[in-house]
Amino acid sequence: MKVSLSWLNEYIPVTLPAADLADALTMAGLEVGAVEDRYDYLETVVVGRVAAVTDHPNADHLKLCRVEAGDQAVSVVCGAPNVAEGMLSPLARPGTVLPNGTVIQASVIRGEASEGMLCSESELGLGEDASGIMSLDPGLTPGESLKSALGLSDPVLDLELTPNRPDCLSIVGVAREVRVIQNGELRLPPTEIHDAGRDIEGLTSVTIEAPDLCPRYTARVCVDVAVGPSPFWLQDRLMSVGLKPINNIVDITNFVMMETGQPLHAFDLDRLAENRIVVRTAGEEKTFTTLDGKERKLKPEMLMICDGRRPVAVAGVMGGLDSEIENDTRRVLLESACFNPASIRRTAKALGLSTDAAYRFERGVDPLGTVAAVNRAALLIAETGAGRLVDGLIDAHPRPIEAARIPLDPHRTNQLLGTGLAADRMAALLTSIGFTVRPDGDGALDVTVPTFRVDVTRDIDLVEEIARLEGYNNIPTTFPRIDTAERRPNPALDLRDRVRQLMTGFGFTEAINYSFHSLQSPDQLKIPSGDDRRRMVRVLNPLTEDQAAMRTSLVPGLLESVRRNLSWGTRDLKLFEIGKVFFAADTPAELPEEVEMLGALWTGVRRPAAWLCKPVPCDFYDLKGAAEGLLHALGFEHPVFTRQPEEACAYMRIGHSARILVDDRQIGTVAEVAADVLDGFDINQPVFMLEIDLNRLLPLVPTSKTLRPIPRFPAVTRDVTFIIDRDIETMSILESLRQMKEELVEDVYLFDVFEGDPIAAGKKSISFRIVYRSASRTLEDDVVNRKHKALTDRLIEKFHASLPG
Amino acid sequence: MEKSIEQIHDDALREIEAATDDETLKQIAVRFLGRKGAVTGYLRSISQLPPDQRPAAGKRANEVKKLLEAAIEAARGRIAQAAARAGGDIDVSLPGRPARAGSLHPVTRVNNEICTIFSRLGFDIAEGPEIESDYYNFEALNFPPHHPARDMQDTFFVSEAVVLRTHTSPLQVRVMERTQPPVKVIAPGKVYRCDSDLTHSPVFHQVEGLLVDSNVSFGDLKGTLTTFIHQLFDKQIKLRFRPSFFPFTEPSAEVDIMCVICRGRGCRVCSHTGWLEILGSGMVHPAVLENVSYDTSRYSGFAFGVGVERLAMLKYGIDDIRRFFENDMRFLSQF
Repeated sequence: MKVSLSWLNEYIPVTLPAADLADALTMAGLEVGAVEDRYDYLETVVVGRVAAVTDHPNADHLKLCRVEAGDQAVSVVCGAPNVAEGMLSPLARPGTVLPNGTVIQASVIRGEASEGMLCSESELGLGEDASGIMSLDPGLTPGESLKSALGLSDPVLDLELTPNRPDCLSIVGVAREVRVIQNGELRLPPTEIHDAGRDIEGLTSVTIEAPDLCPRYTARVCVDVAVGPSPFWLQDRLMSVGLKPINNIVDITNFVMMETGQPLHAFDLDRLAENRIVVRTAGEEKTFTTLDGKERKLKPEMLMICDGRRPVAVAGVMGGLDSEIENDTRRVLLESACFNPASIRRTAKALGLSTDAAYRFERGVDPLGTVAAVNRAALLIAETGAGRLVDGLIDAHPRPIEAARIPLDPHRTNQLLGTGLAADRMAALLTSIGFTVRPDGDGALDVTVPTFRVDVTRDIDLVEEIARLEGYNNIPTTFPRIDTAERRPNPALDLRDRVRQLMTGFGFTEAINYSFHSLQSPDQLKIPSGDDRRRMVRVLNPLTEDQAAMRTSLVPGLLESVRRNLSWGTRDLKLFEIGKVFFAADTPAELPEEVEMLGALWTGVRRPAAWLCKPVPCDFYDLKGAAEGLLHALGFEHPVFTRQPEEACAYMRIGHSARILVDDRQIGTVAEVAADVLDGFDINQPVFMLEIDLNRLLPLVPTSKTLRPIPRFPAVTRDVTFIIDRDIETMSILESLRQMKEELVEDVYLFDVFEGDPIAAGKKSISFRIVYRSASRTLEDDVVNRKHKALTDRLIEKFHASLPG
Repeated sequence: MEKSIEQIHDDALREIEAATDDETLKQIAVRFLGRKGAVTGYLRSISQLPPDQRPAAGKRANEVKKLLEAAIEAARGRIAQAAARAGGDIDVSLPGRPARAGSLHPVTRVNNEICTIFSRLGFDIAEGPEIESDYYNFEALNFPPHHPARDMQDTFFVSEAVVLRTHTSPLQVRVMERTQPPVKVIAPGKVYRCDSDLTHSPVFHQVEGLLVDSNVSFGDLKGTLTTFIHQLFDKQIKLRFRPSFFPFTEPSAEVDIMCVICRGRGCRVCSHTGWLEILGSGMVHPAVLENVSYDTSRYSGFAFGVGVERLAMLKYGIDDIRRFFENDMRFLSQF
């Protein structure tokens, strides 16, 4: 909403400088986004002295002018009849944008260079005269900008209003707020008409068939209308707030809307079938052509303004092409109505139409303002000679509206604000913006809300008005009483924090990706059909196709991060991300399942190249080591890593991917990413990927720890080497030994794996060490030997192992 | 007697000083102090001296023995030190074997800072779904259906009844539904708006705050947020509270802080106003409290929401919000 100070000044003498006024309005809750001077476009228009005029060699009606502007002289081609040597006239330099949108450029006109344009009053938006170039006071200095030479300045405030303040979508509404800021008398325009009769009733009628959607419809009729341009002062007002003048009738309706906030519409009465208005829903009507010439599809519930036969306007949104004011219009029906905000909004949204009228109606207009507005427009039509007013007013008012009365408790108000304001002070503040306040015996205030404040419906709204008018910054700053009640723990958050700390400790850097993917991303990862990761939640209105669905995996985002980093020349990456993935529910009306995941990847070198370590490419076991380190730090002693079945591999390289199990539950995977998947991301180096489902992990995280006694007796170790089938998972042997829970076995660990000569093909040799210890005595060799033999024999049998050699 | 004890002493010292390795030193010790060594021999020969000279000679011989032992010990230290430097000094300026920690995302860092500050003030931390029902995201927060206030937040829809949450405010309702006052909670998390440019990202992070108790006032809101901003930046940062509108708070306030870049003098970041719009806040609207069946005559509260990326941009001088989601190592590794 633009407000020019020149217009505002009509209703309240503005005494503050524009910048101060803007600050004060902002602090009163009407945020001023920008202050610009509407005459800034005249900065590049200068006072020019026409030094010489000669005929254009190639055009009869054009002249070649030599125009001096300060220390410069330029040649300009001019077609104005009044151009004369010695006159001063505005010269628009190249780059100037005139109010009608024309951009001045240096050009060649019929073979002659023209480095600017000599302008008329009308072209500069300074007056009506378009008959010739503007003749300036000879006392002005050539070369000076026209803006300063004529002292033209009109600051325009650009208000960024919140949706609760439709009352300020009008200059008068803003003037009301300004009056509180700087005092002064509000001067409202005349709206009283003393009708001598009810002649209008012989000319037209209004029927409201949908009173819920149209509580009030007020109309007046003007006859002997002469459609033409508005007087300059009226055009100037509209241009000052960025509106384009059209013709006198339309300009007047726009003027009144900007002045009062009440949108008006003018119909050509003679083009209304049966010369009457019926307000009803579209019903059977399927289409309607709005005045912008577009055919619109209607819905049955849309509110339409109709004549005796068919719709003539989309109520409160846009008029129709067929009933619009034309140059030959002789009789005008002025509509000033009040519509249901939600209905207008639904209609405007459905039609994709955002008009100044709809914008106001969907926020709410003053239901008692319709008469004043239509009268103001009618008076202006008469005053400007655009037409003659017919006596009488139609005011269809099926649902009378009364001003709301709200009781206000000053004590509670002070409690909520933390203030100690007297009831009188509160009353004075509310009165200053048009509320009526009466004391109500019990110390309460009885507040009547002015009808233009459609946003004020309950006492808290009054509390806000009091706070706002008192000034938020004048409310004392206090501190809430913080009791020492126990804070509730949040284990899920704590786990994520801990994982973040550990992962950064292991050298991984945290990434954050968008939660969106394309619908094709499961294909990119070769996710098998039926897999949960294909249950994507679709976004109905994505910004781009590659953001059309919510992610079901962190992997594509992380691989995209690799792709981008490679393109920026970074080849060595250790990244992790913690975030949610989403799985669609059975119906789109239910909330999807959300799962918190950890994803981590490693690509490039194991360690950054340095003077004493050569760069070695990272491998599966690097990332697996980090996974083990992470799980160990979280308190998991022996997570199991086992082969990922081929059918579940998806993006993972078959045979190079593992499931991670804790207490027999799968909590994640670690794998090399398959080369063809990497191809899809333009990645040409191995990438290893870890995924852990933090939701599943959380309940498994050990929360207590019991100290094992520090051993008092020495340990005895025995090494063993087995030859086993290559396909046997080595650690399953150690795990199996652990599972035996032998009393004397304290620990077991692997120290060598070997394949190749002299080991037979298809076999491998594994060596591990068993640590024996008793808590109560020093073990003797033969006890250990017997135990060791028994255990290894069992393993040999179970895994069909043999001893070397 | 072949040599006097003084002669032995002098000879031995000369040799000890000349010695350059442990082995020589050992031999010297054997030759002078060993069982067949010179000092030992001398001691043994004392019995042949006249009785009146024996005590003095014996005392001196024992002194010499101790002196030589000490000299040998000193020489051993000298030799060890020399040996240690034999291979030349190491270049301590050379880098160590890399053991580099990764870094937390700047959004996480700032988010953690915010959470820590409010934790110290006694707030719990709660979380909720990122995909929300229309009810929690809008309706329960006093956004009526078909109200222009819904245009304030460009919404991604999943269905008519389900949206990507546009703010963390649904947590206000979710927390109050399951808790009785006093409620003191912050709720960090991702939020979604369909908007993308230098300062808007379709995905970003917010932290919501909510405090409901008996007699909570607008003044308390000002105090709490002032403390927060002072802890996050510094105590010189001024705040101003501006009337605004959010359907779920009333009175509502936008909070501006003195520009942390130019300290209020005016710069490009603050559009030369000296102020930065940093968070939205207000007293919880009674309609919201009624939706969770709180007694509005007894309880009141305040709520606020702050954008994490916005704060991170100010703290670290980042000028494009999209940087946060590109995961460029040249960017991330600076944190």
